[in-house]
Amino acid sequence: MWKAIKRLTSFKNFYRFSGKLLPWFGAITLVLFLTGLYWGLVIAPIDYLQKDSYRILYIHVPAAWMSLFVYIVMAASGAIHLVWKTKLSEVIANSCAPIGATFTFLALVTGAIWGQPTWGTWWVWDARLTSELVLLFLYIGYMALHSAIEDRASAARAAAILAIVGLVNIPIIHFSVNWWFTLHQVASISVGKGSSLHPSMYWPLMVMTAAFKFYFATVLMMTARNEILERDQNSNWVREEEKNL
Amino acid sequence: MSLNEFFYMGGYAFHVWTSYGLTLLLLVLHIVLPIRRRKQLLRRIHKTIKRESAS
Repeated sequence: MWKAIKRLTSFKNFYRFSGKLLPWFGAITLVLFLTGLYWGLVIAPIDYLQKDSYRILYIHVPAAWMSLFVYIVMAASGAIHLVWKTKLSEVIANSCAPIGATFTFLALVTGAIWGQPTWGTWWVWDARLTSELVLLFLYIGYMALHSAIEDRASAARAAAILAIVGLVNIPIIHFSVNWWFTLHQVASISVGKGSSLHPSMYWPLMVMTAAFKFYFATVLMMTARNEILERDQNSNWVREEEKNL
Repeated sequence: MSLNEFFYMGGYAFHVWTSYGLTLLLLVLHIVLPIRRRKQLLRRIHKTIKRESAS
């Protein structure tokens, strides 16, 4: 069992398998984005109160959701690496950090741009905004810590521990709008209660969310494959795999 | 809806298009940079293979 898992998650197997998946994921991402953008920017009706400015929703919300999702993937991979010392989980965790930081940055910036006409301010030290900013610092901290430590094994361990400790911020972000009733609105969509968004706005949002998910998987594979290629560049399987290009 | 109306975004053109433009820029960057890195790595690997087979 253990040996089978080791073999399945070997660099070589992941590299080959992800190489087959990549074009499909890339194509699905593109189709979802084009559909979601057209639906959200052209077909979806304008909002009664916010008019067209509400259309920022279709990137703000998926980016914010992904900022949390990617962090959980990163911390989980880090934890798996700490416990079982698997190489692939280390690579996955590292590959999550830059793209996760970008999603967080986008959630913050599109939120600020949206806040200006709707709240009358770019920024306020609201609980949701502040905890999301902390998330950005956690991602940056992960990358800084990882690159500051020379020895790769220690760097991976330290970064994984940072990621796991930072997990406490995730429920804080999620529940911040209920715990501290400040400025950011409460969730319109939740797993238990369903959605208070009108279907004409809900469905394009779901397509954009799926687009972001597939985009993340695509970028994650590309980044992880590069790190694998770099680490195993002198191994026979890499030469065998890439000699024909 | 005319094309002009579409770009005007009911007066929120700056807000909507800055958000979408920045998002597009960063998402494309995360695709382009790994592709360039991959090309670099493959070039390096091929060089090593060539050097070793020559010696």
